[in-house]
Amino acid sequence: MLYFSKFRIILISLFTLIFVYLTSSNFIKFDDNWIDKKINLGLDLQGGSYLLLEIDNQPVIVQKLQNTVSILRKYFKDNNIFFKNLRIIDDESIVFEIENNQIEQIKSLLEDKNGNINPYYSQYKSYQFDLLISDNQFQLDFSKFGLIELKNLSLNQALEIVRRRIDEVGTNEPNIVKRGNDRILVELPGLDDPMRVKNLLGKTANLTFRFVTENSEETFGSEKLPFEDGSDEVIVSKRIVLSGDNLLDAKPKMDNQTNQTVVSFTLDRVGAKRFGKATTSGIGKRLAIVLDGKIISAPVIQDAIVGGSGIITGNFTFQSATDLALLLRSGALPAPLNIIEERTVGPGLGQDSINAGIFALIIGFVLVIIFMLLKYKIFGLIANITLILNLFILVGLLTLFEATLTLPGIAGIILTVGMAVDANVLIFERIKEESIGEKNQIIAFDNGYERSKTAIIDANITTLIAAIILFLMGSGPIKGFSVTLGVGIFTTLFSVYFIARLLTSIYVIKNKNKEKLI
Amino acid sequence: MEKKQISFNKFYKFFNILSISLIIISVFLLLFKGLNYGVDFKGGTLIELRANDTQITISKLRQSLMNINLGDVSVKQFGNKNDYLIQFEKKDKDNPNLINDIKENLTKSLPSSFDFRRVENVGPKVSAELLKSGILAIGLSLAAMLLYIWIRFEWQFSLGAILALFHDVIITLGVFSLFNLEINLSIVAAVLTIVGYSMNDTVVIFDRVRENLRKFSDIKIFELTNISINETLSRTIITSVTTLLALLSIYFFGGEILKGFSLAMILGVIFGTYSSIFIANPVLVFLRISQKTILKEDKN
Repeated sequence: MLYFSKFRIILISLFTLIFVYLTSSNFIKFDDNWIDKKINLGLDLQGGSYLLLEIDNQPVIVQKLQNTVSILRKYFKDNNIFFKNLRIIDDESIVFEIENNQIEQIKSLLEDKNGNINPYYSQYKSYQFDLLISDNQFQLDFSKFGLIELKNLSLNQALEIVRRRIDEVGTNEPNIVKRGNDRILVELPGLDDPMRVKNLLGKTANLTFRFVTENSEETFGSEKLPFEDGSDEVIVSKRIVLSGDNLLDAKPKMDNQTNQTVVSFTLDRVGAKRFGKATTSGIGKRLAIVLDGKIISAPVIQDAIVGGSGIITGNFTFQSATDLALLLRSGALPAPLNIIEERTVGPGLGQDSINAGIFALIIGFVLVIIFMLLKYKIFGLIANITLILNLFILVGLLTLFEATLTLPGIAGIILTVGMAVDANVLIFERIKEESIGEKNQIIAFDNGYERSKTAIIDANITTLIAAIILFLMGSGPIKGFSVTLGVGIFTTLFSVYFIARLLTSIYVIKNKNKEKLI
Repeated sequence: MEKKQISFNKFYKFFNILSISLIIISVFLLLFKGLNYGVDFKGGTLIELRANDTQITISKLRQSLMNINLGDVSVKQFGNKNDYLIQFEKKDKDNPNLINDIKENLTKSLPSSFDFRRVENVGPKVSAELLKSGILAIGLSLAAMLLYIWIRFEWQFSLGAILALFHDVIITLGVFSLFNLEINLSIVAAVLTIVGYSMNDTVVIFDRVRENLRKFSDIKIFELTNISINETLSRTIITSVTTLLALLSIYFFGGEILKGFSLAMILGVIFGTYSSIFIANPVLVFLRISQKTILKEDKN
């Protein structure tokens, strides 16, 4: 166990040096930029916001059911199929009844693998809707995979929109990822007041232009909507003149005549045509601009607007106009998003945590080093050198993988310092036992290393198991802890079995004639 | 030269009774007093704020917060003199501006400006999930340890080790319940680390027990465990000391956020070291492990 070939000594030294270099590159700026890597600081250390958003998919589901009902109705009418009671029940399923002689025809229509009323997903071997037929009554329910597919689609759309909105706000390196099939995780480093982002993400941004009707009560084709400032309510038609989909661009602007902030927009070709037609025929009428079920404003149309661009007036501040323009540019979310978890750390606390963490690390380190020196003298020194190099390798590895360091992660490093000496202690204690009655020190050391091995490996694997489970189950900062704890086990084993053993062997071989080395 | 032996085995009975009593008390505490869950597991809002005026007191803050009608608000000092931790179970979930409203209200009603250093807001769905996954993680780690020791040793060892782990986890949680200390995500991390550490400690002694079982056929397990504990004792003490040194420095210097975590770990290391000696080993004695048990394993 004590013999090292020259080749291995060089290899170990080289390996250690690389990690010392990697670790130092976090603190010292090297000119050569040989490896340009750094440890990332977690949100709890650099400050920032963590938001977990959940999509409320119910509207998407209802929308899909309504679309399917319209398609079915149209199909029945076009093909002269007599149907009864076509409706949606409990916002979950579609039911209808048809004549007995047409059951087979409808059944094959809904089970057509190439049809588009009830799409077939060959990768899941499943239709969008499960079909339930009793007598002449049909029931369509979302299949498991139909629902998954629908949710995935809306999640992907939402992810794209969220990304666009956050990009427009211009935060530093945001991290936006999917979580499960109805959640989006947003991490915004350096952002200490997430108010604005929260407001932007909380809006579906469904924009429609609709005429205000002259009726005084709601009818089938109209609904009563409130103004955004809560000042009034008017009845607007359900018919949509123009929606946000037709928007090419939107910008905040100062209106020269009224000195008010407005949002100017440009439309695509289809939108411009429709808008031109509607405003030509609707001169004198009020056109309501509706955002997420609330009216921003409802100006009277003065002239036909045919150029494909216009302005939205309202009680805007420059900030709110900027935000509305941003929402319109980035498009509407397929469904509302709710913020179900938020964690924000200010930059002040982050810096304090770094300082406290590093201070605790230094104190813990110094205490352990002094204790080991007092306890084991020269071998304490070896254990300490190993410990320092172990720390360099650990931080170096984290740097190499550009891991994220969190406050619990720093705690994990400190804990590693405390526990890392364990392996050396096990070996040293074993050597002490082995040297009782063994004159040859080299044999005593060899046996000490050999016989303590199983205990060391078992002991470290148990800690590793705990770290792995933490990594799999934990989130954010806790994950950071499991990473440093887990990586710490490997660096500890390396440093104990290569570095400490190398140093020990050099010392023991030089002093092999002395009695009782340890 | 033989080292002086400490007769740990003479105290097995005494400490077993003590441990059983502590476990019963802990279970009672957990059942009837319960744990003080933080926002991670209970849901709600946490705000860590720093007042820029030294005249602010807890009662003034509480008074001012009462006016916003947040329901049951807890206010306590957090580390520095001017740092406070506010926690409440939020009721109206549809106000995205809640945090700003609170800030405005405080600034208006109290003669100080406030720096919100940390805000955590956990919805009821997420907190329920976090609690579930926390419990699952602890359960899973216990199961994994059980399995690992079973593979590496005999089932008797596995049982001893797992009983020691249960002991550590339950008593640590009992202490948290008794002193009403807050349970959050980092405490779960601490408990898992305790599981790893306590296991680590037990395994080292068990490894020696196994070795000695092979060596001596004529020594009874009651005596054998004592020999093994003594042989590994200096290692047990040294490692506990260095780990505690590291943990104490986190507790005292690592900042308020890590206080609960390091406290749980300190308790866990103490209980873990104790249980490796006084729980895990008596179980081996109780199950009458002998050289035969080990030789059977060697044959396989």
